[in-house]
Amino acid sequence: MRLAKNYFADERRDDLNEIGQGRPRADVPGHVTAKTTYFADRNFPGMLHLKMVRSPHHHARIRSIDTSEAEKHPGVVRVLTAKDVPHNTYTILILIQIGPEDEHVLAEDKVRWKGEAVVAVLAETERAAQEAAAKVKVDYEVLPAVLDMEAALKPGAPLVNEHHGQNYYMYDSGACRKVRFGDVEKGFAEADHILEQTYSSSPIEQAPMETTGCIAVPDGNDRFTCYTNTQAMFFTLDNTSIILQMPGSQLHLVGGTAGGGFGGKVDVIVEPIAILAAKLTGRPVSFIYSRHEEMQISSPRAAETITIKDGVMKDGRIVARYVKGYTDAGAYSRHSPYGAQKGAAHYPGPYTIPNVWADTYCVYTNRTPSSAMRGFGVTIADFALEVQMDKLARLIGMDPLEFRFINAYRDGDMKAHRQTTEGAALIECMQEAARAANWPVAEKYFALSSHPREG
Amino acid sequence: MPLTLQTFSTIADAGAALKASGTRYLGGGTLAVRAANEGDLSFSTLVRATDPALSAIAVEGARATIGAGVTMAAVAAHPGLAVIARAARAVGGPAVRNQATVGGNLFAASPYGDFTVALLALDATVHAGGGAIPVEEFLAGRDGFTGIVTAVSFAMPRDGGFRFLKVSRVKPKGVSVLSIAAVVEEDGDGRVTAARIGLGCMADRPIRAKAAEKALVGNRLTADGIAAALAVAGEGTVPPTDAVASAWYRAEVLPVHLKRLLLAR
Amino acid sequence: MAKVPVQFSLNGSEKAEFVDSGATLLAVLRGKAGDTSPKGGCHQGTCGACSVLIDGELRLSCLTLAETCEGAEITTTAGLAEAGVLHPLQRAFMDGFAAQCGFCTPGMLMAAKALLDRTPNPTREDVVEAISGNVCRCTGYEPIIQAILAAARANSHNAA
Repeated sequence: MRLAKNYFADERRDDLNEIGQGRPRADVPGHVTAKTTYFADRNFPGMLHLKMVRSPHHHARIRSIDTSEAEKHPGVVRVLTAKDVPHNTYTILILIQIGPEDEHVLAEDKVRWKGEAVVAVLAETERAAQEAAAKVKVDYEVLPAVLDMEAALKPGAPLVNEHHGQNYYMYDSGACRKVRFGDVEKGFAEADHILEQTYSSSPIEQAPMETTGCIAVPDGNDRFTCYTNTQAMFFTLDNTSIILQMPGSQLHLVGGTAGGGFGGKVDVIVEPIAILAAKLTGRPVSFIYSRHEEMQISSPRAAETITIKDGVMKDGRIVARYVKGYTDAGAYSRHSPYGAQKGAAHYPGPYTIPNVWADTYCVYTNRTPSSAMRGFGVTIADFALEVQMDKLARLIGMDPLEFRFINAYRDGDMKAHRQTTEGAALIECMQEAARAANWPVAEKYFALSSHPREG
Repeated sequence: MPLTLQTFSTIADAGAALKASGTRYLGGGTLAVRAANEGDLSFSTLVRATDPALSAIAVEGARATIGAGVTMAAVAAHPGLAVIARAARAVGGPAVRNQATVGGNLFAASPYGDFTVALLALDATVHAGGGAIPVEEFLAGRDGFTGIVTAVSFAMPRDGGFRFLKVSRVKPKGVSVLSIAAVVEEDGDGRVTAARIGLGCMADRPIRAKAAEKALVGNRLTADGIAAALAVAGEGTVPPTDAVASAWYRAEVLPVHLKRLLLAR
Repeated sequence: MAKVPVQFSLNGSEKAEFVDSGATLLAVLRGKAGDTSPKGGCHQGTCGACSVLIDGELRLSCLTLAETCEGAEITTTAGLAEAGVLHPLQRAFMDGFAAQCGFCTPGMLMAAKALLDRTPNPTREDVVEAISGNVCRCTGYEPIIQAILAAARANSHNAA
């Protein structure tokens, strides 16, 4: 590793103990000796196994649920339905006042995506739980489903989620998050060229090696210890407290090393129902996703559709940018209203553009609810933005890196969402990358810096 | 019903136990135990036979006989089977090859079953219950098969006479987009006199590319000579769409890979 | 449920357990035998996190029934260090940053040990092939490959 100390030399100190030093990782001895404890590396006598009965339909009304045969199955200890859950309707971000509560721990009158949890079966063995789950009878009336955002936003589209009343999230700013900066129409009128392109992406599964799961253990004093691989310990604690109507003092959540997460373990899905099951049975309960559930049930990164319209001058300056972004939340909010909002703030990217208009929508469809994954709301936006940058450069016959030098943000520049740029290093990174890759860039771009513009 | 294992020392006794409902034969475990782990409730008893004949390999003269319980690793390591070792090595990673058996591979649903693709090109015979039937016929009727496959046998191809290719997205190893095996006979003049081509992942199980085989006969293995075969390579195929590839993609790339395989020297 | 007796050696110590007929070796190792070093990542034979050595051969403990291991010698990552001294592979994985979340690490180490036990001086291609059934989702394959090659070099240096 080489530190390029010539950049920001006056901001760098050489007498730091940790920064710039190579250090062995604190957890690696545990990993190589397999002594690292993951949540499932624990055995409890009498532990029950939870298996979920899931919706086979994208969208359906539940006429009735019959668990009688499942309850009689050998090895079954308890079968849970929505009526067993104290506060069954929840949404994760209610903790930061992003409502309404729109999701059910166990489905009540409707299922809104293929795979939605309907009935939880608890049995002495995984196999007995699977066998009993197969005996649960749910009578469904299949409803028309919307499986893409365009269909969801058409007038007269089936309503996905009654808690919202329309197939998009209603922000305090209206149907979308808005960024308004400068005069975008004036910018387009001045531009030498205008390029409008649409980019879209599919959902992406985080696919951690260790599947989502937890073990909930009653401690005998109406307190419960939950060993979990959640990436969001306090979201889980507080949401479980709401869902189970149980003070946090009765909940002891134990995290630790997760076998990979990548954002796939920030939702609050397995813990509340496992703790409820431990409470109602008085026994330890293990709820661990199968690999199939991890791939098909746990929330992926959202599908997105992004339209970008840019006005560009022959000399390389982008003078106007108009963006419409759509985030497919699937059937429930989870973290997607926040993801779509992040997108709005991100849109000009690391470039300074005087006139910007961005609208980002969080759309509901009958698909698997999406949520966090590595830079959600921003990563797909960056894919779209950077492909657009290459296309713009090609349009005006300019080198794509030189085009980025011209538009790169610098310290002191006002961003479209009214944050002043600080600590920018894009120009320096591109200079170093150009040298490393032997990319031909005109000498004048090596004279630039991220320091505030003069005047 | 909890899952139980029954072990028998003879194939006959294991075969008798398999007549009961809710039973399934256990070979290396890569299909049966996997199915149980995934919640397949169609069986609750696994039956296995420990008869050493199941793990025997015999290469006598021009004919090879491989016990159904022989693992892919054992096939790959056997000096007498070097010509076809490539097909055994194409299956899984090392741990899977130490478990997965030749017999089990006959029952693997797409996208698995790469070794059986080779058996199709080799025109192998499947031995079961004292009888013997061609592998192609066996595959067509395998869903109704309830016995125990004891061995497969085939005429050893000449050195270099066996062609095999597996295409996966993960390098060097991954689940098949498709696999192709071919045994092509040429006369002294370089004209094809007979050809057998097995295809994996071009239907729910390995199949022969009959139209392409026929179109090769009388032609040379040159770009022009194989053009007619490539044009009909997809005839009779019903490729699956799965996590690895779409049916459309498989159909598109089949002629590309068949061309590479047939022109490889 | 009917229990069946099974005896095997685990990292050199003799074990005798009554197990559920039909229980996987993975379940028995992690449960009754108390060795949680093999991990269950997929239970399908596609991730390799449960890899162990059975009589020196690399096997998937999630697809192996415990009952079929009667009399077998089983080696897991928990037994890799001897008398507190790390195995060269463990040392190389530590030094080379070849573990991130750590969940694939025990399986990777077993696959690597199976390779080095037979091929003490592997090529890069040998190493890639040896771990081709083991998935690392933190995508540290390159450090893992380098660590295995480094362990092989350290071994041959010590032997010389």
